[in-house]
Amino acid sequence: MVKKLGQKLYIALILLFLYAPIFILIVLSFNNSKSRSKWGGFTFKWYVELFKNDSIMNALYTTLIIAFLSALIATIIGTAASVGMNSMRKVPRTILMGISNIPMLNADIVTGISLMVLFLAFNYTLGFSSVLMSHITFNIPYVILSVMPKLKQLNKSTYEAALDLGASPSYAFYKVVLPEIFPGVLSGFLLSFTMSLDDFVITHFTRGNSIDTLSTKIYAEVRKGIKPEMYALSTLLFTSVLILLIIVNRRNDRMKHHEKNRSVK
Amino acid sequence: MGVKMKRIVIALLLVLTAVVGLAGCKKSNTPTIYVYNWGEYIDPEVIKMFEKETGIKVKYDDFVQNEDMYPVIQTGSAKYDVVCPSDYMIQKMIKEDLLQEINYDNVPNISNIDPTYLKSAEEFDPGNKYSVPYCWGTVGILYNKSMIKADIDSWGALFDKDFMKANGYDGKVLMIDSVRDALGIALVYLGYSLNSTNPAELEEAKNLLKDQFPMVDAYVVDQVRDKMIGGENPIGVIYSGEAIYTQRENPDLEYVVPKEGSNIWIDGWVIPKNAPNKEYAEKWIDFMCRPDIALKNFEYITYSTPNSAAREMIEDVDIKNSTIAFPDSSILERCKTFHYLGEEVETLYLNKWNEVKSN
Amino acid sequence: MKSRKWLSFPYIIWMAIFIIIPLLMVIYYGITTKSGTFTFDNLALIADPINRTALWLSIKLSVVSTLICLVLAYPLALILNNMKLKNNSFIVLIFILPMWMNFLLRTIAWQNILENTGVLNTILKFLHLPTLELINTPSAIVFGMVYNFLPFMILPIYNVLIKISDDTINAARDLGANYFQTFLKIILPLSFPGIISGITMVFVPSLTTFVISTILGGSKVVLIGNVIEQQFKMINNWHTGSGLSLVLMVFILISMAILAKYDKEAEGKSVW
Repeated sequence: MVKKLGQKLYIALILLFLYAPIFILIVLSFNNSKSRSKWGGFTFKWYVELFKNDSIMNALYTTLIIAFLSALIATIIGTAASVGMNSMRKVPRTILMGISNIPMLNADIVTGISLMVLFLAFNYTLGFSSVLMSHITFNIPYVILSVMPKLKQLNKSTYEAALDLGASPSYAFYKVVLPEIFPGVLSGFLLSFTMSLDDFVITHFTRGNSIDTLSTKIYAEVRKGIKPEMYALSTLLFTSVLILLIIVNRRNDRMKHHEKNRSVK
Repeated sequence: MGVKMKRIVIALLLVLTAVVGLAGCKKSNTPTIYVYNWGEYIDPEVIKMFEKETGIKVKYDDFVQNEDMYPVIQTGSAKYDVVCPSDYMIQKMIKEDLLQEINYDNVPNISNIDPTYLKSAEEFDPGNKYSVPYCWGTVGILYNKSMIKADIDSWGALFDKDFMKANGYDGKVLMIDSVRDALGIALVYLGYSLNSTNPAELEEAKNLLKDQFPMVDAYVVDQVRDKMIGGENPIGVIYSGEAIYTQRENPDLEYVVPKEGSNIWIDGWVIPKNAPNKEYAEKWIDFMCRPDIALKNFEYITYSTPNSAAREMIEDVDIKNSTIAFPDSSILERCKTFHYLGEEVETLYLNKWNEVKSN
Repeated sequence: MKSRKWLSFPYIIWMAIFIIIPLLMVIYYGITTKSGTFTFDNLALIADPINRTALWLSIKLSVVSTLICLVLAYPLALILNNMKLKNNSFIVLIFILPMWMNFLLRTIAWQNILENTGVLNTILKFLHLPTLELINTPSAIVFGMVYNFLPFMILPIYNVLIKISDDTINAARDLGANYFQTFLKIILPLSFPGIISGITMVFVPSLTTFVISTILGGSKVVLIGNVIEQQFKMINNWHTGSGLSLVLMVFILISMAILAKYDKEAEGKSVW
């Protein structure tokens, strides 16, 4: 009993550690003072100001567009690559997997710098497209990492059975293989989206100066004092993700429940 | 290998390249001006007014210090129509042929700028050919009267351990995180010129700063605002423009320009050589010199304006006659502007500064 | 299955352009001077007192942070595993969720907590405990590192633990092993791959960060990441910056090599 309590307490402490800063940020978004270190009373005004602030809205738009496009493109390239690599022999496959591990294991700062050097050395103007390409680059490995295990689990005979029954290879792929690996593809996409959304370092080096994502905007504001609108925005983003996750989780639970009931009958 | 599928993949790849390509050269036809300015250094409202009145869309980026801005302009990794560096940086950029002359026929509002400031600006931009003053100010000490009981009038307060100890602090100083400013303060305190190029004097200044290191809580530029307002630190170095804002938020704070002298700086609008559109840049500069616009900016950022017409329009008498925003001649006499000292000395400064910080 | 190798060609081309070539360029800049002649000077710059101190401090702080993360995460993963939750994606979510708040903002929030007049000290004062001077010291940076990278230690370990089957543990117990013996001989060795990938995922980003030190170090704590960032963003000397990056990469490679020796599962390990 004491042990159980101790365990629960430990979990609670770690969660407190992880969520304390988030709580602080939420509190600050209601602070009626521009200064981070002074409580000026409760207000909703930053939530109103937020939507009037073009530069934050622009940064949000850029962040989302880059996250979406880079995740989408990385998912397509990465899934195709996984399928391709899966039919390779062991040695080339291991080499390719090794290369895909480089951006994940290497330091962000080195990846960012090397991409910046690449773009500038070839006189490519830094901006939206350079950031997008950089994000695709570091997202592809996450897709491969999520899709590969699913491909390995795949039962080859179902695919062959489909061929025997007269399906064309591409038809068989879409009807048999894709549905099987789809959860991996989806989680690769979501992982990429999250990684892109949260990236600062690589964007910092490859953005030139003409575009801002939320991260680079916040970094620039660090020294000047963060605009309270930013706290409001992140609170909104956080709560919407939270609500979304709860809904998805509930639905999953209910579906599982449903299935169980059905199987009992 | 399914031919059909191959076709699909190729089609997808084409779409991809199209998307990347389009995103890359997404150039619309709306006229756009690219502005590069210090962070939080303009009233956002003013940008909207400019867009509305001229129909030119503003792409606005900001930088933290002159040294961040310089490589961007120098390498041309991003191109701007109009930039707002400080005095010594303007001098450097003129010397390196990075700027183009302003055509004053397109900037009639220059008449609103007080001739005194135009004259001071000639120190770094002879003939006012390349720059139009935007804001100016001094560097000084901001301290919390409820935390430090003595009246401070010397830079010594930042370096004197005994003084700080006597007030019950053994290291709560906020030092400025900027090469020229930090070394400049040390040089002036030691009785040298803040434009010193003498290696022995610089070495002495470095040693003074190194001794100060244990007393320093943090090296900051703009964060000094929040920390002083919250009573986190009793004393720090600050630009005069920030001082007014902090005093509004926390009346215990007091700003002084120490008796040894200090730096007076002027930030001005300049047009880089590689500016895509000079005409827009001049429109922008002229707009910034309009009294109502200068006033709006002053009220938002609280940095002193060189615009005499705008100063006349300030309604708050306390601010209008504030010695922080508009110091009298006795203070101004002991302040000097920074000069560009050449690449070699600049590297020397940077090395000394890095030595201080990597204690 | 017929050969679909060609499907990976776009990927191969992409990685060649955006991973291999850039790395080669960094190596090129790292070992040449501005005039293009070969030199080791850029690499040797790491011996310069300023850079050496920065690198040494980075190593020290990242090792400490990694150890703290391990010590905090392992028991947590064990407890979570013992709870035998049906829905373990929920666990993963709880620890991933904070990542949806921008990490710069979360780090800035730590300023509010750690400051001398901050939340932590206010609580300590209220409890009549001595206050702590944390902000702008190396300890604050360790706080920031542990905070930001702890989930990357928890998840891999948890993922490995839930895969250890009850049968294995029961077998050990049946054969007379007590709890600690079971832990030392069965659970710990089996969870090693998780520990290794956790260590990599905490150590590398801690070693190379420049953001956490900027926000929580008050520019008083200079890490190797800060030095490199300054070379590229302010001093604009690609050669020195690349040289220092190369040294940093060598350090990463060495630590990876050491870890890989202990890691038996080479391919297909899951990061999450």
